[in-house]
Amino acid sequence: MFEILLDATVRAGTPILFATLGAIINERAGIINLGIEGLMLIGALAGFAATQASGSLLLGVLAAFVAAMLAGSIHGFITVQLRGNQIVSGLALTMFGIGITALFGRSMVGLTIAGFERVAIPGLSKLPVIGKPFFNQDLLIYFSFLLVVVISLFFYRPRWGLALRTVGENPAAADTCGVPVILARFMAVTIGSGIVGIGGAYLSLATTPMWIENMTAGRGWIAVALVIFASWSSYRALAGAYLFGGITAMQLRFQAMGTTVSVHILQMMPYFFTILVLVISTIRLQKGASQQPENLGQPYDREDRK
Amino acid sequence: MKLITVKRELSSPLLRFAAPFISVLVALFVAGFLLLAAGVNPAQAYLEMLQESLGSTYGLSETLVKTTPLIFASLGVSLAFRMQIWNIGAEGQIYMGACGATGVALFSGIENHAVMITAMFLAAFLLGGLWAGVAGVLRARWQVNEVIVTLLMNYIAILGVDYLIYGPWKDPKGFNFPLTAQFSDAARLTEFFDTRFHSGFFLALFCALIMYLFMERTVWGYEIKVIGSNPKAARYAGMRTGLAIFAVLFLSGAMAGIAGFGEVAGLQHRLQHGISPGYGYTAIIIAWLAKRSAIGVVIVSFLMGVLLVGGDSLQLSWQLPVAFVYAFQGLILFFLLASDCFMHNRLKLVRGERHV
Repeated sequence: MFEILLDATVRAGTPILFATLGAIINERAGIINLGIEGLMLIGALAGFAATQASGSLLLGVLAAFVAAMLAGSIHGFITVQLRGNQIVSGLALTMFGIGITALFGRSMVGLTIAGFERVAIPGLSKLPVIGKPFFNQDLLIYFSFLLVVVISLFFYRPRWGLALRTVGENPAAADTCGVPVILARFMAVTIGSGIVGIGGAYLSLATTPMWIENMTAGRGWIAVALVIFASWSSYRALAGAYLFGGITAMQLRFQAMGTTVSVHILQMMPYFFTILVLVISTIRLQKGASQQPENLGQPYDREDRK
Repeated sequence: MKLITVKRELSSPLLRFAAPFISVLVALFVAGFLLLAAGVNPAQAYLEMLQESLGSTYGLSETLVKTTPLIFASLGVSLAFRMQIWNIGAEGQIYMGACGATGVALFSGIENHAVMITAMFLAAFLLGGLWAGVAGVLRARWQVNEVIVTLLMNYIAILGVDYLIYGPWKDPKGFNFPLTAQFSDAARLTEFFDTRFHSGFFLALFCALIMYLFMERTVWGYEIKVIGSNPKAARYAGMRTGLAIFAVLFLSGAMAGIAGFGEVAGLQHRLQHGISPGYGYTAIIIAWLAKRSAIGVVIVSFLMGVLLVGGDSLQLSWQLPVAFVYAFQGLILFFLLASDCFMHNRLKLVRGERHV
């Protein structure tokens, strides 16, 4: 019973995990990206369409990454190069994503593909309790574990990881040290957006191997809130994503058990808890030293440097 | 060679006025290619959109029907924008307003038309306001990000309305459809010319006038602008920023709530699933296009009404999904943001590295 619930938790949390990791990369470089919901949809559709056409899941994931990267580059160009309003541009990206996937997804409705299958890791999958939920999963889930570690190492080890963080904290200082601020920010937005796209593809290639209009159903927004819960750390993003995977899994479990509680009330739970967690983590951040990138949301213009 | 941006000294007022319209045109142009890719002839589609929304009395009445909730909701969103508060939750606030008005219409038992309509209006105002007010309290007290809170509360509001119309409020004679019973005549706004056009539109114009006077002619309107542009200065001047944040979000939500009131009292005469097909999101674009001005909101709302009615007709004749209009709206915003940049900067090609 507990194993099944934990398994469902990991599977429901993975798309949110990818999306949160992508959003963290954006925000570490100082750019708020509210287009996560739209990027996930673009990734979901592109991934499904590519797999449907080619029969290859790997190509699907790659297509999701590239499509979301391209869409994210619009946000990057407007906020980084043109110094446009980040909040409005992100919202525009979400709307654009919802609209364009509805338009081009028409011909994909009703089609099916063979989605990702479970691959047991020898040895580890035999562990009690955590073996099956964590090590008898599909390849994308293993990839998400790897990504959590890589992103965390990236921000603290190599020179250009540290440089990227400086760009978000103090772009003028980074500029003085010869870091190409504009390029670094633009790259962070596009690559981060691509990773968000993989989260969308998880929905259409693994969770339910098909395309449904607006299939993300607010998961992108939950990811935006989780960035704050995670205080911009990839390990805490993992915890946050699984927390919401858990709430979703539990909610579905209740529905399957046939409780008398209305389906609609149960479906509210993930959104309700996201707000609750957001409030708690915001208060907590203010009490301790804030992890928020100092220059988050601020455009950088060399001429304004003091 | 390198492309750089150079600051402009002054942009002409004409250019500033024309920018939103140019953005819409460029967005339509680019969206034309998207339509083409989806197998739709864009010229034919755009002509049809214009004909359907403006080419007949019926079309025009439908456009005004859609303009009405857009004006209410956009006035609310613009008010918050003025203070640099992002109310992305107008959609949910519309649902809560509709919910409040419906509760009064179905269960208050009031028979007098004027009393009933006033009570429904107040319920919608209050419920929409309180729904946004939650985000206001959280923001004022603990600096909780209001973008995320207002947005997530949209999902909760829509599911809450679903709960009511699938459950306790479901019309017992409704063949199990998810909708409430029809309102009595006392709870309906007046309709004109045998169309769906209702008196809510005039209420919307009146609200726009009130909002204009409030923003431009009162001390409160001035304080909102100051707090928005310079919160520190506002605090030094003794303005109560926390209270102002709550009040502005409350009023902003209340305006969206009135949009919900208009939809149930003027149009649907009952609460049902999808009472707002995204008016709350369109309102964000309108507020931005109209540069937060009340008069601008009315003009741009009408423009968006044309787009929505036209979009609906494409849905019928070309089987385009309703959500396609969002792609338009997203593009409009992208181009508007880009035009804002070119308003203050010129592009310039320079040779070699730039030296500062």
